[in-house]
Amino acid sequence: MKISYYPGCTLKTKAGNLETAALASLLALGIEVEEIDRWNCCGAVFSLTADDLIHQVGPVRNLIRAKEQGANKLVTLCSMCYNTLARANLIMKNDPVKRDTINRFMDDEIDYAGEVEVVHLLTFLDQEVGWERIREMVKVPLEGLRIAPYYGCTLQRPADVGIEPFGSFSLMTRLFESLGATVMPFAAADKCCGSYQILNGEDGAQSTAATILKSAAEAGAEALATSCPLCEYNLGKQQGKLLENGLIGTTVPTYYFTQLLAIALGVAPESCRFDLNDGAALDLLKNKNCLVAA
Amino acid sequence: MCDAEKKTTQKTPRVATGDRAILPEGAKTIPVYIMGKRYDVPETLTIMKAMEFAGFKFLRGAGCRGGICGACPTVYRMAGDYKLHFGLACQTVVEADMYLAQIPFFPANRASYKIDEIGAAAEAIHALYPELFRCVACNLCTKACPMDVDVLGYISALKQGNIKKAAELSFDCIQCGLCASRCMGEIPQYHIAQLARRVYGRYIQPRAEHLQTRVKEIESGKYDAMLQELSAMGREELEKCYVEREREPDLSTLGTWQPKETQYL
Ligand code: SF4
Ligand code: SF4
Ligand code: FES
Repeated sequence: MKISYYPGCTLKTKAGNLETAALASLLALGIEVEEIDRWNCCGAVFSLTADDLIHQVGPVRNLIRAKEQGANKLVTLCSMCYNTLARANLIMKNDPVKRDTINRFMDDEIDYAGEVEVVHLLTFLDQEVGWERIREMVKVPLEGLRIAPYYGCTLQRPADVGIEPFGSFSLMTRLFESLGATVMPFAAADKCCGSYQILNGEDGAQSTAATILKSAAEAGAEALATSCPLCEYNLGKQQGKLLENGLIGTTVPTYYFTQLLAIALGVAPESCRFDLNDGAALDLLKNKNCLVAA
Repeated sequence: MCDAEKKTTQKTPRVATGDRAILPEGAKTIPVYIMGKRYDVPETLTIMKAMEFAGFKFLRGAGCRGGICGACPTVYRMAGDYKLHFGLACQTVVEADMYLAQIPFFPANRASYKIDEIGAAAEAIHALYPELFRCVACNLCTKACPMDVDVLGYISALKQGNIKKAAELSFDCIQCGLCASRCMGEIPQYHIAQLARRVYGRYIQPRAEHLQTRVKEIESGKYDAMLQELSAMGREELEKCYVEREREPDLSTLGTWQPKETQYL
């Protein structure tokens, strides 16, 4: 019997004994071993290294842009952007070795050490505007609108960048209460929307989305609010298909939290681009008399 | 610098740089390494002239010799420095201990399209060049650009669907290909930028309305009689008209001057 054999770098140096013993044994067993020609590192060094810092270069570059502008806070809306920027920022702030590596790699930029704070708009509204002020500014209270605040994964995970502790949904809750809506907590508020699985595992992603929408509907919600375009895609834009496939029984229009904020502040619906939502989203607000006359 | 040195520098004769640079007696030379081999070349030459001085002949990889055709990108290192440098051979002056190589061409896929059919949506560009989304924002492209184009900036603008911004940011691109040579996402940046500028010009940039009005006027025959009048003139009369023509003063403030004769407007 003849086998093709891949040795690996260490076996040619420090662990020569692992190899020689094996080769001798195989010889004794009558097995012919042929080392493959032109091999390279198995990849362990590449794949086991925690240093995949190239992924941080993009987000850090954005933080440097903010620092250059003299900002000490950078506000963002999308859950995923928030998460990516905040995690990169933590590395730059807390990990001197990685910080140094990244700063050296980005020798075309000024040095960065986490000087800018990454803030999600929900946090900003809470800390810098205040719910009372928002309540006072409301022109069209979202009265009678029963909203389920949906956080998905990236607003709360990992914990060190979460906008609030895992399992707590108080920022969106207080926002929608300030806008006059009724908040309907539901069990799937922090379940994954199906994420990018929609691209290569559509069935799985759809059943995940259906679970979330059904959970919201069962809790009595008639609308869902999110801050993530991917969640909106899976939960909002896919609803037609979910309904068609019988995975959900009723539609639950989805909104970005910013759209609901704007409507309550009396902003013209055109500025909220409901043309990018499912048609049911605008209809629901019309039925609830939540829109200022155009 | 000591005085003696200063004197020699000052005395360095100018080098004749025709088709073949001629080194006059006493000219100061410096060592450069072209594809690894040392040549002593006059310190006043551009890389392109220095290579010609050393005996190389540019059959390709040189065009305008004026920094605008993008045919002559050079990549170099300075001895002892890990950093890569980039330049245009026809523009960059040699320095001592440069290690030089020309990259006259770098392969980069160019999508084919019909500009009249693709429309102004960024999605059309995304569909033609999906590799756009492989960018990791390493910025190596920007660092390589000899024209100081913000390459990462225009790539980001395109990912964001902002064709106008991409067209404006890439305006100085001369298609040299150095950005593509450095890209870890294997993106043909400059071809995408060219497409963006074409889409911008075809669909987004405002039309020059006064030009269209003037074309209509010409087509309607407004100037036919004047042209016939001119055509019928003899040489002397024509010259007289030319010399006596009303002319906007060279430094007049924009939009302030009006000719006395307005029938041609
Ligand atoms: S953008 Fe790329 S192709 Fe254009 S000039 Fe810069 S490096 Fe050359
Ligand atoms: S070199 Fe490529 S991957 Fe790096 S920033 Fe430029 S386009 Fe992006
Ligand atoms: S020869 Fe045209 S840019 Fe150098």
